[in-house]
Amino acid sequence: MIPELGHFAVILALGVALLQAGLPLLGWRRRDARLLAFAGSAAQAQFLCVAAAYACLTYAFVTKDFSVAYVADNDHSQLPLIYRITAVWGAHEGSLLLWVLILSGWTLAVSIFNRRLPLDLSALVLSVLGMISSGFYLFILLTSNPFIRQVPAPAEGRDLNPILQDPGLAIHPPMLYMGYVGFSVAFSFAIAALITGRLDAAWARWTRPWTTAAWMFLTLGITLGSWWAYKELGWGGWWFWDPVENASFMPWLAGTALIHSLAVTEKRGLLKSWTVLLAILAFSLSLLGTFLVRSGVLVSVHAFASDPSRGRFILGFMAVVVGGALTLYAWRAPRLSGGGELQLFSREGLLLFNNVFLVAACAAVLLGTLYPLALDALGLGKISVGPPYFNAVFLPMIAPLFLLVGLAAVVPWKRGHWRETVRRLKRPALAALVLAVVLPFALHGRTTLLAASGALFGGWAIVAAAQDVLRRIRAKPHWRGGVAAVPRAVWGMTLAHIGLGLWALGVSGVISFGDEKDVRLARGAETELGGYSFRFEQAGETAGPNYTAQQGTVTVERDNKLVATLYPQKRLYPSQGTVLTQSSIDAGLLRDLYVSLGQGYDDGSWSLRVYYKPVIRLIWLGGVFMFFGGLLAASDRRYRLARAAERRAVEAVEAAAA
Amino acid sequence: MSKRHKRMAAVAALLVGIGLAAVLGFTAFRKNMMYFYTPSDLLSGQLAAGAALQLGGLVEKGSLKHGDGLNIDFVMSDCRHAVPVHYEGILPDLFREGQGVVATGHMSAGPVFVASTILAKHDENYMPPNVAKAVGTVDGKHSCAPFKSVTASK
Repeated sequence: MIPELGHFAVILALGVALLQAGLPLLGWRRRDARLLAFAGSAAQAQFLCVAAAYACLTYAFVTKDFSVAYVADNDHSQLPLIYRITAVWGAHEGSLLLWVLILSGWTLAVSIFNRRLPLDLSALVLSVLGMISSGFYLFILLTSNPFIRQVPAPAEGRDLNPILQDPGLAIHPPMLYMGYVGFSVAFSFAIAALITGRLDAAWARWTRPWTTAAWMFLTLGITLGSWWAYKELGWGGWWFWDPVENASFMPWLAGTALIHSLAVTEKRGLLKSWTVLLAILAFSLSLLGTFLVRSGVLVSVHAFASDPSRGRFILGFMAVVVGGALTLYAWRAPRLSGGGELQLFSREGLLLFNNVFLVAACAAVLLGTLYPLALDALGLGKISVGPPYFNAVFLPMIAPLFLLVGLAAVVPWKRGHWRETVRRLKRPALAALVLAVVLPFALHGRTTLLAASGALFGGWAIVAAAQDVLRRIRAKPHWRGGVAAVPRAVWGMTLAHIGLGLWALGVSGVISFGDEKDVRLARGAETELGGYSFRFEQAGETAGPNYTAQQGTVTVERDNKLVATLYPQKRLYPSQGTVLTQSSIDAGLLRDLYVSLGQGYDDGSWSLRVYYKPVIRLIWLGGVFMFFGGLLAASDRRYRLARAAERRAVEAVEAAAA
Repeated sequence: MSKRHKRMAAVAALLVGIGLAAVLGFTAFRKNMMYFYTPSDLLSGQLAAGAALQLGGLVEKGSLKHGDGLNIDFVMSDCRHAVPVHYEGILPDLFREGQGVVATGHMSAGPVFVASTILAKHDENYMPPNVAKAVGTVDGKHSCAPFKSVTASK
């Protein structure tokens, strides 16, 4: 009964979404305020429907209703409760339901926070969001319905894929989707601007917090995914340039460019049509990511079950959305031009360079991801492009971004002055140089070109960003007043740029000084790595709630002092007969010690994979900094105050018109 | 310099930059792309020795041998032809005889394929699509009895 209710709720949501898409457009044509106002109510009704559907599916999982095919495929009677709840998005159908839940959540948020917007703009934004939702509801109902029953019901479920039974993965997809789907709001704002032909500073100010919010969730989602892959896949890597990772990284690059170009559009009224194009691009890449992951065209660790009809549907949907948006853009964008002259050596000029590099990096990733697929589709052979390609192309393209971070902090809007710039950047440059020379030696006793450049670029970004905010604080007589006087948006930008610097330090450090080896050790035997000695003490049996495991005990010593005892496991999940390597990590800010079990041999020895990963935590710490930076920037008071002021102006105009 | 000249210079600089990036990108691309082979492709022999490539196939039943230390030898097959593979390291969890794997490495004298990495998928029914296609085309003519029927489970 409950699953049928869920199914019905999705159908109802589709109906509401179609109304939400159509009626406001009609209202806009006819200048009918009642039809425009309907969009908000529809958004709320739609959210209630999807939330109900989602609750029904969760209920089916928690109560182990194996008569529902999707539940039977991804649930198990012995699965712990927390993973029964997260298993809802453990595979294709449910994660799509989560996707539409989040989409309607964003829509709901827009309908609530946009009460202060001009009614027609707000209604058009909701209308575009309604169109996107309708597409996804159709997708669910036609190809990926999670509520379908199977007769007869199996006595036991096939269980959630064991690698997904991990807290990191439990929150990774929702965060990622918050980001992916969040770009639909920026997209809808862009389309609404194209339809109304109005794109001014106020538009940019309305769009900015939404874009920043989406971006920060995407940042966190990618960071969590990287951290999860590191500890759970047992390969000790934090980024594989896997097509599915790229699928989430491309919208991130486009979204980062969008955040920066929106700043130019708001402050200077420039780059308007470029900003709109980026908003379309960011969401199109999100859709492309969905297509790549869902259609099964990829050879990837994210082996989602593939079904050609799904791929075709998404491809068609993508063609409609992207094609429609670009057509509208070609038709209406010329109207948006305007604004003043752009000086290359000014903050807006530097932000333009930032956009060029980010979009070029995005294009390079796109090429490496899609080209092999295109060749295969055309029957021209099967190739793959490995991490060396991405590293060789991507790193040179993002290195200039670090220079820009420091420059943009001191170069003012409109026009910069070389002499003033050099004077104010002397100290960060000096600090970065010292760091580049000293830091690798201080931490590792030796240096490499990569480590030195990482410290140089990372140190430069951190010091320059920090100097900017310090200067603002010092401008006030008392530091407390100074801290309060710095707007949240600036704090956010500073945190995010420091995060970027930390990321660079982490990446260059772990690549330069990280070490790994595969060894076969008898009981009591030792191996040396990164100045630590790892001793394999013993292996024994242990068990968890739904698995049995062989567990090794490895003690790690440095200078004959015990540093850590690690317990890597080899788990067997009997429900699917899956063997899973559970690595054991002694984590620290400056280094991780990482051991995973290979296999046991007849003579009692085991093969082990041992890693020494210096400063790898800085990579994720950088992501966390960026997340909080985005949070601060999106919650800047200015957006709320400006909205209130604009709303009063709008009301005055509307009152006068009435 | 007039405004017009300045703008033209800026556009020219931008074009040069984009061109450079494109050249860089395509060079790196050509250098780092790896072709995917099946054992049959490999043995039909139009291949420079030592070139990096990916080899996909099924692990032949009963062929897996553990040597000293971490040395591992097995035979990879696509039902028509088989290639011996050597690997030193730890095999992925889902490496099983009779299942599909993808190895990255190069051919050496012997002829033995020396693998530097081996991928097996986190799904026991998984079959690299490339292998599935290769095996699928020969399923009709050849018996793949030693292998689990992976193509049919799709």
